[in-house]
Amino acid sequence: MTDKTVIIGLEIHCQLNTKTKLFCGCSTDFQGDEPNTHVCPICLGLPGAMPRLNKQAVLYALKVAKALNLTVPEVSEFSRKNYFYPDLPKGYQISQYDKPIAEKGIMEVDDDEGHPKNIRITRIHLEEDPGRLIHKTSRDRAGYSLVDYNRSSIPLIEIVTEPDLRSPKEARRFLNKLRSTLEYLEVFDGEREGSIRVDANISIKGHNRVECKNISSYKGVEKALNFEITRQRNLIRKGQRIEQETRHFLEGRGITTSSRSKENENDYRYFPEPDLRPLRVSGWVDDIVLPELPDARRERFMTQYGISENHARTLTGDLKVANFYESVADADSAIAAIWVADILLGEINYRSMRIDDVPTMNIADLIALIRDDTITDKSGVEVLRVMLDHCMGDNVETCEMPADIVTRLGLTKAAGDDFTAVIGEVIAANPNAVADYHAGKKGAVNFLVGQVMKATRGRADPKELNRVMADALKETEE
Amino acid sequence: MVKEYFFEKTDRTNAFITRLGLAMYEETGGPLEGKGIAVKDNISTAGIPTTCGSRILAGYVPPFDAHVVTRLREAGAAIVGKTNMDEFGMGTTTENSAFGPTTNPHDASRVPGGSSGGSAAAVGDGMVDMALGSDTGGSIRCPAAFCGIVGLKPTFGRVSRYGLIAYSNSLEQIGPLGRTVTDVNTLMSVIAGPDPRDTTAYDRPYTHTPSGEIAGMKIAVPEEFFGEGVDPAVAESVRNAIGKLEDAGAETMTCSIPSMAYALAAYYVTCTSEASSNLSRFDGVRFGPSVETKRSWHDEFRDHRGTLFGKEVQRRILLGTFALSAGYYGKYYAKAQVARENVRKDFLRIFKDADIIAGPTMPQIAFKLGEKSDPLSMYLADILTVPANLAGVPAISVPCGTVDKMPVGLQLIGRHFEEERVVDAAFAYEMEVA
Ligand SMILES: [Zn+2]
Repeated sequence: MTDKTVIIGLEIHCQLNTKTKLFCGCSTDFQGDEPNTHVCPICLGLPGAMPRLNKQAVLYALKVAKALNLTVPEVSEFSRKNYFYPDLPKGYQISQYDKPIAEKGIMEVDDDEGHPKNIRITRIHLEEDPGRLIHKTSRDRAGYSLVDYNRSSIPLIEIVTEPDLRSPKEARRFLNKLRSTLEYLEVFDGEREGSIRVDANISIKGHNRVECKNISSYKGVEKALNFEITRQRNLIRKGQRIEQETRHFLEGRGITTSSRSKENENDYRYFPEPDLRPLRVSGWVDDIVLPELPDARRERFMTQYGISENHARTLTGDLKVANFYESVADADSAIAAIWVADILLGEINYRSMRIDDVPTMNIADLIALIRDDTITDKSGVEVLRVMLDHCMGDNVETCEMPADIVTRLGLTKAAGDDFTAVIGEVIAANPNAVADYHAGKKGAVNFLVGQVMKATRGRADPKELNRVMADALKETEE
Repeated sequence: MVKEYFFEKTDRTNAFITRLGLAMYEETGGPLEGKGIAVKDNISTAGIPTTCGSRILAGYVPPFDAHVVTRLREAGAAIVGKTNMDEFGMGTTTENSAFGPTTNPHDASRVPGGSSGGSAAAVGDGMVDMALGSDTGGSIRCPAAFCGIVGLKPTFGRVSRYGLIAYSNSLEQIGPLGRTVTDVNTLMSVIAGPDPRDTTAYDRPYTHTPSGEIAGMKIAVPEEFFGEGVDPAVAESVRNAIGKLEDAGAETMTCSIPSMAYALAAYYVTCTSEASSNLSRFDGVRFGPSVETKRSWHDEFRDHRGTLFGKEVQRRILLGTFALSAGYYGKYYAKAQVARENVRKDFLRIFKDADIIAGPTMPQIAFKLGEKSDPLSMYLADILTVPANLAGVPAISVPCGTVDKMPVGLQLIGRHFEEERVVDAAFAYEMEVA
C-alpha cells in the first residue's frame, strides 16, 4: 500500500558512428550539408532498391554486446516494422523484432548509496533511422513540412534494460556509464546531433506503467523521470488511477504530457525482412578485442597515477578527457589530476569548448609552471583563462603557451619582499579593517589579504602572504 | 560502339506499355548483340519509364538499371520496350493493368496469361525472340503456357532481384521467356550470376548448352497435378508429352505432394502480406504522381493510394495487412510459413528419387477475356505453379500441343540450382516433337 518503490526501465537508441549507412553506401557524415545530398535509391526507398547490410555496423553492435556481457544467438534476423509516416521512405523500418542480434547482458552501476548493483540488459538490436521532417509555417497559417533523407538509414542500436533502475539519479548514472562505454568502444560519437534518444518506462510499484518517449538528452531523462515520479505520486496520494499511456517529454518546460495519440494501439505488423538473409554472426564475437573500458581505466588511474577515486572517476568518465589526462600526467600526475578534473573541465564547459580544442602541450606547460612553483595557483587560473579565451576555435597554433603568458603579464610568483610595500599601503588605506582585526575579528585578515592579492594580481604566494601580513599587523599593535 | 536498332513491329496484342521505336545497343560481342529484348515493366530501366502497370507510377523514370538490365546491355541487347503486366504482378491474366489488357496472340478474345502477359505475347506474336518476365506464383510460366512459348522461373537466389519492383520478395524471381528452349537458355546465361546488391542472391552463374540427352533421367509425376479442376484435355496433352520424354529415355514414376492442399492458401497469405508492406512506399512523396501538399499528409496519402492503385492491388494490400495484424499473424502469416516449409520438404523428398517433377503448367487453356472476373476462381488457376515458388525450385514451361487450337504448357520442375537439368528435359521434349 505504501510501497513507493520507483521502477524504471530504459530503451536507448544510439547512433553508431560507421562511415556509411546501415543498408547503403551513403556517407553518414552529413552534418552541415544540404538536405537530401547523402541519399541513393536504397535510402530513398526507390522501387526496386534492396538493402545491403553494413558489416561494420554489425561488428559495432557485437562489440557493444560483448562489452555489456550479452549473448549473441546463433541466428538473428531483421524484421520490418510497418507504419506510415512521410519521413519513413519505404513505409517500414528495417529493424529487429523477435530475433535480436544480442540478448541478456549486465552493466554494473552505483546505486544512490554508492553500492554497485547490476542492471540487466534485455537485448540489443540493430535498426535504421528514418529521415527527418522539418516543419515550416507559412504566412497562410497552413504550414508545410519538408523531408530530409540524409538521416535515412543511419545505423542505430537499441539497448533495452530490464526495469532494474530505482531512481532518476541511478538512471542518469546508468546512461552516463553507457555513454562512456560506447565512446570507449569507439562506436559512438556523443557529440553528434541526435546521437542518443531515450524512451523511459516508469512506474510506482503496484501501479500502471507510463512510457516517456523521445527524450534526447541525459539531463532530460533525469528531469522527465523526476517530473513523472512527482506526478504519479500526487495521483496516488489523491487516490487517482495512473493511466497506462505514452507521454511526451517537453524538454523546454521540463514536463511530460499525454500524447493522446493512439500510439499504444500501433500495430507495426512485424514480419521477417525477406530482402535480407538471417544473420549468423555468433562466431564473430570471439575475434572482437575489447579496449580498456571505463571501470578498468579508473582502477588503473588510481594505482598508476596515485590519484583519488573521485578524480579518477571524473577523468575516466569521458574517453577524450581520459586520453587528455594521460598525455599531460607526465609532468606531475597529482597536479595534473587537479588541474584537468577540477579546473580545466569547468573552464572549457563555461566556454562551450571541447577538450579536443585544448592543446595538451600547453596544459603540460602550465602544470610544469605550477609544479616548479613558478606561478601561484591563482595565477595559473588566470593564465589558463587568458589562454583559453584566445584559443577558441580550430586554430590550435594561436594558442599562446602559458610560459609566454606568464612573461607577458609578469605573473611570476612574487617573493615576500616584493609585496611588503603593498601590504603597508593596504594597511594604511584600510584603518577600519585593521581596527576590526585588533578588536578580534579574525575575518578582517582575509579582507586585507584579498586586497593585497588584488593589488598584486595574485602573484603572491598565499601562505607566505598570510605570514607576512600577520607580522605587519602585529607591528601596528599599540 | 553504340548502334541503332529500329523496332517497328506492330503491337497487335497491346503487349507493350512503353515502346522504343529506336533502341540502342552496344557492340559488346556478347551473346545478345543486336537482339531486340522486351522487359517486363516491373524491372527498372534507367531512362525508360517503369510503371508496374499502375497509375501510381505514371511518369516514373528510374535513375538506375536493374541488375538484369545491366547484364542485358553488357550482352549487347537492344531493349525495345517495357511490357504490359497485371498491376504490380497481381493477376493471372494481364487484365489488371492500368494500360488495358494484353490479348493472346493465338486468339484475340483470350488472355495471354499473367502477370508477365505482355512479355509472353510479344514473344508469342514474333515481335521479339526473347523477353524478361518475373514469376511470383507462375507469372512467367502461365503466360508462356497460354502463348505457346518457353518460360523459365529460376531457383530463388539464382538471379539478382535488384531493380525488380517487389511484389513478394521471398517468392519472386526474374526469368527468361523465349520462342525456344535455346533462346531461354541464352537469356538465362546472361541474367544469372552474383550481384552484391541483392544479398539473397547466390554466386551461381549459369553457363550451359542444352542437351537432349536425358536417358536415365528420373521424372516424377504428382497425382495432384492431374486432379480436380484440371481440364482432362489439357491433362491428356501433358501425359502425351511425358510419354515423349519416356521415348527419349527418361524413366517416370508417380509421386504425391500432399502439402499442395495448403499451397494456394500459403501462397496467397505470404504474397499479400509481403505486398502490403512493399507497396507502402508508394506515397506520392518521392516519385510518381505527387500528392497535393496543401492537405494533411495522412488524408492525402490515403486518397492518393485509394485513387491510383487498382482494385486487385487494393484487395491484396488489405488481405496482407490483415494477415500481419496483431492477433492474426499467428493464425495466418506464421501458419503459411509452416505450410510453405511443408511444400519444400515434399519437394526435397521427391527429389531424393527423381530428377524432375512433371505436370501441366496451367489446369486450363487461356481463359476468355473477362472470364475470371471472380478473384477466387482466378486465384485457383495458380494451383500448379505456386508450389515451385513456395519451395524456391526452378521450373520451366514448354509448349506441348494444343487444346481447342490453344497452346498447352508442360511444366518441368527441378532441384534447387538445377536449371541445367530442367532445361535439358525441356530441350529433349522440344527435339522429340520437332
Ligand atoms: Zn543511401
